Amino acid sequence: MYKKSLSYPYLAWAAAFIIIPLLFIIYYGLTDKTGTFTLSNLAAVATAENSKALFLSLGLSLLSTAVCLLLAYPLALILSSSKIGKSGFIIFLFVLPMWMNFLLRTLAWVVLLDTNGVLDTILKAFGLPRFKIINTPAAIVFGMVYDFLPFMILPIYNVISKIDVNVVNAARDLGANSFQTLYKVIFPLSLPGVISGITMVFVPSLTTFVISTLLGGGKILLIGNVIEQEFMKGTSWHIGSGLSLVLMLFIIVSMVLTSKYDDGEGNVL
Amino acid sequence: MKKRILFVCGCLTAAVVSTGCGGSSTGENGELNVYNWGEYIDEDVIDMFEEETGIKVNYKTFDTNEDMYPIIANGAADWDVVCPSEYMIQKMLDNDLLLELDYDNIPNISNIDPAYMETVKEFDPQATHAVPYMWGTVGILYNKTMVEEPVTSWNALWDEKYADNIVMMNNPRDVFAPALISCGYSLNSTDSGELQEAAAVLSAQKPLVLKYTTDEVRDMMIGEKAAIGVIYSGEATICKSENENLQYVVPEEGSNVWLDCWCIPSTCKNKENAEKWIDFMCRPDIALMNFEYIYYSTPNTGALELIEDQDILNNEALFPGNEVLSRCETFRYLGEDAEEAYNNLWKQVLSE
Repeated sequence: MYKKSLSYPYLAWAAAFIIIPLLFIIYYGLTDKTGTFTLSNLAAVATAENSKALFLSLGLSLLSTAVCLLLAYPLALILSSSKIGKSGFIIFLFVLPMWMNFLLRTLAWVVLLDTNGVLDTILKAFGLPRFKIINTPAAIVFGMVYDFLPFMILPIYNVISKIDVNVVNAARDLGANSFQTLYKVIFPLSLPGVISGITMVFVPSLTTFVISTLLGGGKILLIGNVIEQEFMKGTSWHIGSGLSLVLMLFIIVSMVLTSKYDDGEGNVL
Repeated sequence: MKKRILFVCGCLTAAVVSTGCGGSSTGENGELNVYNWGEYIDEDVIDMFEEETGIKVNYKTFDTNEDMYPIIANGAADWDVVCPSEYMIQKMLDNDLLLELDYDNIPNISNIDPAYMETVKEFDPQATHAVPYMWGTVGILYNKTMVEEPVTSWNALWDEKYADNIVMMNNPRDVFAPALISCGYSLNSTDSGELQEAAAVLSAQKPLVLKYTTDEVRDMMIGEKAAIGVIYSGEATICKSENENLQYVVPEEGSNVWLDCWCIPSTCKNKENAEKWIDFMCRPDIALMNFEYIYYSTPNTGALELIEDQDILNNEALFPGNEVLSRCETFRYLGEDAEEAYNNLWKQVLSE
C-alpha cells in the first residue's frame, strides 16, 4: 500500500508528459484541419520528397549504428579486460563529453570540419590534399556516431564486465582458442548489451534533425527535418504528426525485432 | 505516516513560497508580455519602460514569422504585443488574430513617417492594427576580396565560379524571392508554372550552395567562410562594421523590402499596457536607441532628426534611396494553398 502510493507522482508525470502528448500527436495525425478523421497525413509519407527523406534517414541511421557497434564492441572488450578499464577512468572519459550540451558539441564539429575550419587549415598548412566532408551525408553520419557512441559503449561494457570470469576460463580449459571463446561464449552472453546499444543509437539517429541541420548545411533533408519543418515553419501540424506516427511505427518494429534477443539485462540506462 | 505528513507540509510550504513569488513578479501597474524578434531591441529600453510606467515586462523572442505564428494561432501563450512582418500581419488579420489599436492611446504615432502608414494600408486597409517599428531590404552581402567583379545582380547566386561560396537563407519565401525575381516574376507569385521555374533554378543552384541558413549568415560572412550571402540590410551593416571587406548591394533586378510592425494579438490580456508599450516605442529618443542598437532603418522621423552623424544618414544599406526602393516589393500573404505550394516545392528542392 505504502509502496503503491509512492508511484502516484510518477503516474501523474507519465500521464501529463507522455500519455497526453502522445494522444495529441495521434489526434493531430489522424485528423485534418477541420477535425475530421483522415488517413491522408499518414499517406503523406509516400510522396516523393518524404519517402526519400525517410529512406535516407533509415540508411544513415543504420550506417551510424553499424559504425558505432564496430567501434564500441572491441573497445568495451578491451576496457572490461584491462586494469585501466576496470578502474572506470576510461569509461569516465567517454561519458565526460556528455556533460556538455549536445548542441554545442555538434557545433564544435562544424567549426572543426568547416571550409577554413581547423581541419582544413591544418591540411592546407601541410600541403596535404584537402577533402570536403562538411555539408555531406558523411558528415551527418560522423556527427551521429560521435554524439551517440557512448550509448553503445556503456551497455556493452556493463554486460561484458559482468560476465563471470569462470565461464571464460572454462571455455579455455575445454580447448576453445581465444577467437572461439569470443565468438561462442562472450558474444552470445553480451548480446543484451549489444541490443540495447543498437536501440539507443538507432532511435535517436533516425529522428534527429539538429545534426543534419548543422553538419548537413541545411542541404540534406532527413525525415526529422521534414517533421520539424511541418511544425516549426507553420505548415501543418497534422502532416507533421502523421509523419511522426509513421516514424514511430518504424521504431516499434525495430524494437520488436531486437527485443527477441533482449532478456532485459542490457537495459542499463 | 509521519513521513507523509512531513511530505505534505513540504508541498504546502513550496506552494506558499511559489505563490509569494508570483505576487511580487507583477509590477505596480500590472504586467506586459512582449514577443519580439531576437536581437531586435536595445534591452536598456525595456528597463526604462519598466521604470517609467511601473509595468513589469516579460520579454521573449522568436526567430522567424513562421515560428511565431503557430504560438499565437494556437493560443500557446498569452502574448500582449508582438512584432510580425507585413505578410504575417496580413495572415494574422485574415485569421482574426489581431485587435484594433486605439490611436488615442498612442499619441507618439505622429512621429511615424506617413509614407510608412501608407505602406501599412497595403496589408491592413484601414491601418488600424499595426504600428511600424523597423524596415529594411534583403540583398547580397559579398566579400570584395573573394569575388572577381562587384556583384550587382542576383545572377551571382547561380554563377558556377562561386561554387561552395554561396550562403542562402533557409525559409521558403526568402529562398524563392531571388529565384522568382531573376526569372522576371514577382516575389509574390502564386502561379504554379512560375513557381516551378523558380524551383528549377534553385535545384540547379543547390550544388553550388555552401549552406542554407538564416541565422548563421552573419557569422559566416564575417568569418570569410563564404564569398556571397543573402542577408537582411541591418545584419549587413553589422557585418560591415566587423569586416571591412564586405559590401552590401540590393540587386539591380529588385528585391524584397519589409516592414515589421507592433501589433496586439487577440490573446492580449493587458491591452492598455500594450498600447503604452507601442507608444513608448514610437518616442523619438527610444526609437533612436533601438536604431543605434540594431541598425535597421527606422520609420520614425523624430528619431531621424536626432541623428547627427551624416555618414549614417548617407549609408545606402541603412537608408536606400528611392531609386533602390522603387525596384523593391513587399511580401504579401498569399493564402494557405500558395503557402503550401512554396513549402512543398522547397522540400522538393532540398530532397534532391
